[in-house]
Amino acid sequence: MTTQRISVTVNGVEHSVDVEPRLLLVHLLRDVLELTGTHLACDTSSCGACTVFLNGRSLKSCTMFAVQADGGEITTVEGLASDGKYHAIQEGFREKHGLQCGFCTPGMMISAIQLLDRNPDPDEGEIRAAIRGNLCRCTGYHNIVEAIRHAAASGKAAAVSGGQQ
Amino acid sequence: MTIAARGESVKRREDHRLITGTGTYVDDVRLPGVMHVAFVRSPHAHALIRSIDASAAAAAPGVHRIFTGAELQEQLGSLPIGWDLPNQKSPPHPPLAFEKVRYVGDAVAAIVADTPFAAQDALELVKVEYEPLDAVVDGEKATEKGAPQLHDDVPNNISFEWEVHSADQGYDDAAKEADVVIKQRMINQRLIPNAMETRGVVADFNDGTEQITIWTSTQIPHLVRLLFSATTGHPEHKVRVIAPDVGGAFGSKLYLYAEEVTLGMIAKNLKRPVKWIESRQENYIATTHGRDHIADVEICGNRDGTITGFKVHVYANLGAYLSTFAAGIPTILYGLLLSGVYKVPHVSCVVTGVFTNTTPVDAYRGAGRPEATFVIERLVDMFAAEIGRDPVAVRRKNFLPAFKNGRTVATGVTYDSGNYRATLNRALEMFDYPAFRKEQREARRNGRLIGVGFSTYIEISGLAPSAVAASLGAGAGLWESSTVRIHPTGTVTVYTGTASSGQGHETTFAQIASDELGVPYDDIEIVHGDTDKQPFGTGTFGSRSLAVGGQALMMSLAKVKEKAIKIAAHQMNVEPEQVRMRDGTFTVEDIPESQMTFAEVAGEAYSAINLPPDTEPGLEAVSFYDPENFTWPFGCHICVIEVNPDTGESKILRYVAVDDIGEVVNPMIVDGLLHGGIAQGIGQAMQERAVYSDDGQLLSGSMLDYAVPTAEDMPMFETDRTVTPSPVNDLGAKGVGEAGTIAATPAIVNAAVDALKHLGIRHIDMPLQSEKMWRIIRDAREKQRAERSARAKQRATGGNS
Repeated sequence: MTTQRISVTVNGVEHSVDVEPRLLLVHLLRDVLELTGTHLACDTSSCGACTVFLNGRSLKSCTMFAVQADGGEITTVEGLASDGKYHAIQEGFREKHGLQCGFCTPGMMISAIQLLDRNPDPDEGEIRAAIRGNLCRCTGYHNIVEAIRHAAASGKAAAVSGGQQ
Repeated sequence: MTIAARGESVKRREDHRLITGTGTYVDDVRLPGVMHVAFVRSPHAHALIRSIDASAAAAAPGVHRIFTGAELQEQLGSLPIGWDLPNQKSPPHPPLAFEKVRYVGDAVAAIVADTPFAAQDALELVKVEYEPLDAVVDGEKATEKGAPQLHDDVPNNISFEWEVHSADQGYDDAAKEADVVIKQRMINQRLIPNAMETRGVVADFNDGTEQITIWTSTQIPHLVRLLFSATTGHPEHKVRVIAPDVGGAFGSKLYLYAEEVTLGMIAKNLKRPVKWIESRQENYIATTHGRDHIADVEICGNRDGTITGFKVHVYANLGAYLSTFAAGIPTILYGLLLSGVYKVPHVSCVVTGVFTNTTPVDAYRGAGRPEATFVIERLVDMFAAEIGRDPVAVRRKNFLPAFKNGRTVATGVTYDSGNYRATLNRALEMFDYPAFRKEQREARRNGRLIGVGFSTYIEISGLAPSAVAASLGAGAGLWESSTVRIHPTGTVTVYTGTASSGQGHETTFAQIASDELGVPYDDIEIVHGDTDKQPFGTGTFGSRSLAVGGQALMMSLAKVKEKAIKIAAHQMNVEPEQVRMRDGTFTVEDIPESQMTFAEVAGEAYSAINLPPDTEPGLEAVSFYDPENFTWPFGCHICVIEVNPDTGESKILRYVAVDDIGEVVNPMIVDGLLHGGIAQGIGQAMQERAVYSDDGQLLSGSMLDYAVPTAEDMPMFETDRTVTPSPVNDLGAKGVGEAGTIAATPAIVNAAVDALKHLGIRHIDMPLQSEKMWRIIRDAREKQRAERSARAKQRATGGNS
């Protein structure tokens, strides 16, 4: 199988790796770079568990080949906390019990950060619309909405590592 | 953090790893030299396997080995059943089919390759020659004469007929004497559980110790070990099962699955670690489904509002084979609940368990109880409508009076404690019912359709008493275990036989231990999900972890405390009765200068220099707890719905839930579990439905085709609680994992029917999809128009004569 050399910066660390052209970005992160915080939970780009930031925009990393991310700057759940401190969205999810099994949480938090980047004070309807591409089967979304509100109220959520907005 | 008390909303300790991406789910388990497995699955719902030619696949790049069902037949055995009813037919269930396939998704071969991609690529190179047979997917049609037969020795595809009746068998006489008898067919549609993490298995074999280690996303690690050993013959003490972080389960990870058996034995054969991660589309066909009842139901009663009986006959679709607990779900967890919270004297229930060419059906959150609750609470509303009385008034009239310690009902079971008026009253404080009725009348005048629905539910929880469960068909004891190990430094490790899949046991159980021992919360570790660490435990299902596992923990804590006090007394030269243990300090009455810390006593227990006579060193206790009864949570849920008369679209405007789950350890976690439970009920009521074509193809076979609810499909929930402690355990806990799902569906459908009541609608089957609702409204209006014009015509004709 032919491979192609790509370079990506993930959570501030530069990687240069040889990948098959058919390798999905999510598999690059999970299986090549061993960043297993990003999850894979459907085959149809329906669930959003694999959502990451690429060059400051959230995307489902199962919808993109790794080679398409060549030269890109990526932030995953592992890169949200900094200096031993939670990102405001992590604080919100913990404070408001926005997770149970935790499987959807990494992608859910990335989508929430993207929302708060664009709209620092969203109402309930705007929050629900922003995370409709991220499925959660545990929480009924009630406490996820509360968690995002909490992060918004803290006013610090918009500061995200991972490239230009 | 200092000492954490029961009843505090302590933030979850699980969260740190899960919000930083450092949790370990099965797919995150990395073993050197691991190979990857893909399963060849049947595209036919029913077919004979003529031949399998795997030569091309075996020659494909990266493919290491291919195992067919025929090849592994002896080693894999037949998947065991965990529930055996009288006269039940339990045909063999080979983990890999070798003569016949019975549903789309039945696995026939396993490919082992260097990478998951190589294994996937080779799937289509395996040539399986099938001889297709006629298939049947409907639980009623499968019992009819001439229906395709799935198993050789199961005539009419009926696995069992199970019955429960009130002691006097008096339903039919009661119906004859009643003012009103209402009959209805109700479909409780098939659902796909959709835990966000699919299943997955990693298996390894140590040639030196002959131990097979299986990492699997499961709710029942010890039962997987036991059943794996029973099926394969590999000795139980040489099997280790680890459930790492589990990404949701909801009943779908409660069995020994074909893939667990197959991966374990492939690892043993190849002496190499192997891994299989279920794809979502595979999950839709290879992981159990839930519900799927066709029920003919009846209620009888009098015009004064007294309910005198419930009668049910249900065709319970079991799918192609009996999954581990399949026979217990539509029988024990369904039929025994059919008295509801009512002093109804006569109950009659017959359940026909039927094989069809579909994915096996087993527990899905609530498991039998949502189906029963839907029947009861819908029938009560239909009865109230028929006699022209208010549904709340009818409920009040028939409620069992409050009781604190045992009340036997028509189905023969004894509820632990209950106060059904209290939950209803509290809910009606949160929801202004008279104001709503006024608003509803005004809305109707303005062409808006709004309705309210009530569900005053009860459920069977804390799944245990082993002897009772065994008499009802359970194949294993349902008790729970704990170990409390105090370390020499005074820190604590608690081992529990329960296995969390998002319920927050690590937090809740640490709270209990901290509260009981007076040890700081952060000094207590909770360990679950590893058969090499815990004593045998039954696992997490049936909302049992706190009511059963929590009590097992309480017992070990009590034993440890007793020994610690004995050691402290000896050290301080007093009698144990004089020692008080509070907030982690041992003190002596009247001698304030005598005191020891918990850590000092722990140190003494292990240094063993100065222990009381006949006292063993160490400070550790193991307990096994088998309760004397189930627990019976209950509550009142109220749903307000609006139906758009032009589009049929339904929207939940309010959802009020007052639940009584006994005493609560962590209110934050309890609220979360209720939200999620209600959401799964809303999903079923509003939008979810697994659909098969007549020839057995799953049409709702992906997340694009099956409507898993999104954030936009859910309302905010208004929750509160009343507290009626369970007398069954020291914690007073009843259980909460499934309550929301059990309560929700009839509240929602009752609301929808209430919105359309003036159009003559008396029942609607779930889900309340827009198109269905639009047709119902259109047909009802046409019928009303036709009736009006017929009456007008009659009047006109009458005038002429």
